[in-house]
Amino acid sequence: MSVVTLHINDEIVSARSDQKLLEVIREQGIEIPTLCHMDGISELGGCRLCLVEVKGSNRLLAACVTPVQEGMSVYTHSERLVNYRHITMELLLSERNHTCAVCVMNGHCELQYEAAELGVDHVRYEYMTPDLPIDASHSKFTLDHNRCILCMRCVRVCDEVEGAHTLDVMGRGTNSRIITALNRPWGDSISCTKCGKCVQVCPTGALFEKGSSVGEMEKRHAFLSWILNGRERKEWHW
Amino acid sequence: MEKEKEEILEGIYKAAQANGDNIISILQELQHQFGYVQKDSVEWFARKSNIPEAKFYGVLTFYSQFHMSPRGKNIVTVCSGTVCHVKGSARIISKLREDLKLKGNEVTTKDGLFTLENVNCVGACSIAPVVIVNEKVYGKMSPDKMLKNLKAYKE
Repeated sequence: MSVVTLHINDEIVSARSDQKLLEVIREQGIEIPTLCHMDGISELGGCRLCLVEVKGSNRLLAACVTPVQEGMSVYTHSERLVNYRHITMELLLSERNHTCAVCVMNGHCELQYEAAELGVDHVRYEYMTPDLPIDASHSKFTLDHNRCILCMRCVRVCDEVEGAHTLDVMGRGTNSRIITALNRPWGDSISCTKCGKCVQVCPTGALFEKGSSVGEMEKRHAFLSWILNGRERKEWHW
Repeated sequence: MEKEKEEILEGIYKAAQANGDNIISILQELQHQFGYVQKDSVEWFARKSNIPEAKFYGVLTFYSQFHMSPRGKNIVTVCSGTVCHVKGSARIISKLREDLKLKGNEVTTKDGLFTLENVNCVGACSIAPVVIVNEKVYGKMSPDKMLKNLKAYKE
């Protein structure tokens, strides 16, 4: 593994050549918001919150999927980026019905947290207020499309870690929706193992355990590295 | 499932395996054989080929070329591109829907004779508004002219 050196916000930094920009930026203690990124599952580059400016490219690049390169010069908090992140967050909030006051994740929600960090106190766009259903057919969990931001963490964890691939995405654009099996109710799915990984990785209240009330649902993100590290060290026996 | 159908599916499965389990070509073949993609044949395929059902459904709903309900004998396509829209394609659509007695989200008539759909541009803006019935293109249409043209297909 070779080492490369690059500039992040005009500071010289060294990194392993197989690292992605996001990892290197975070190692420097620089905070950039992410929603679709999660340690332990593949990168998607979908939420566009981790966009960074790279000298020599007039496009903004998603740090989570951009590999490091020798001599590259990266800026993480330019005026343009701060403005764009603000807009991206507003668009995320305007797409579905994100009503924090009645949400099970109120106070523990990543979307809420990142919006507050970015200083989004109002949305300049018209809310789309789509008419979306809630799937409560599963015995343990509920899927509320109104709170989904389509980060696809649940889809990826179901496929890559659990190996069931019960969840996927249907449709295109604003009509996209998370589905279970052939768009059947979740409770009727035969491939679902009820492991609950999708619920634990969901950044919002779109997936939650039944029986939790407003503000009561807390997600345990650490479980994923716990499972994956255990697998690597062959700690699990059954 | 009937034996005949299973034999057809088995044939598609064998061809797909040689092709490297390509989801799009499986679905295209299913649609070609049965006229539309049936849910039970997708389920059969998911069990047989180790491709998750959810993945099939994602591809099915992403591409507008796939249909999950039976289609009419004649396919009427009204263009709703920018030019056709300005030239009044919406009026043609509502007139045709009224004439074919389509309610709500229905796209296929009860007798199975017509399926009405709209596309975003057929690339023939100079003769807008455009309506295509099966493969035949009708340019510079009006609601009344289109109703007259449609009569020939009703026999």
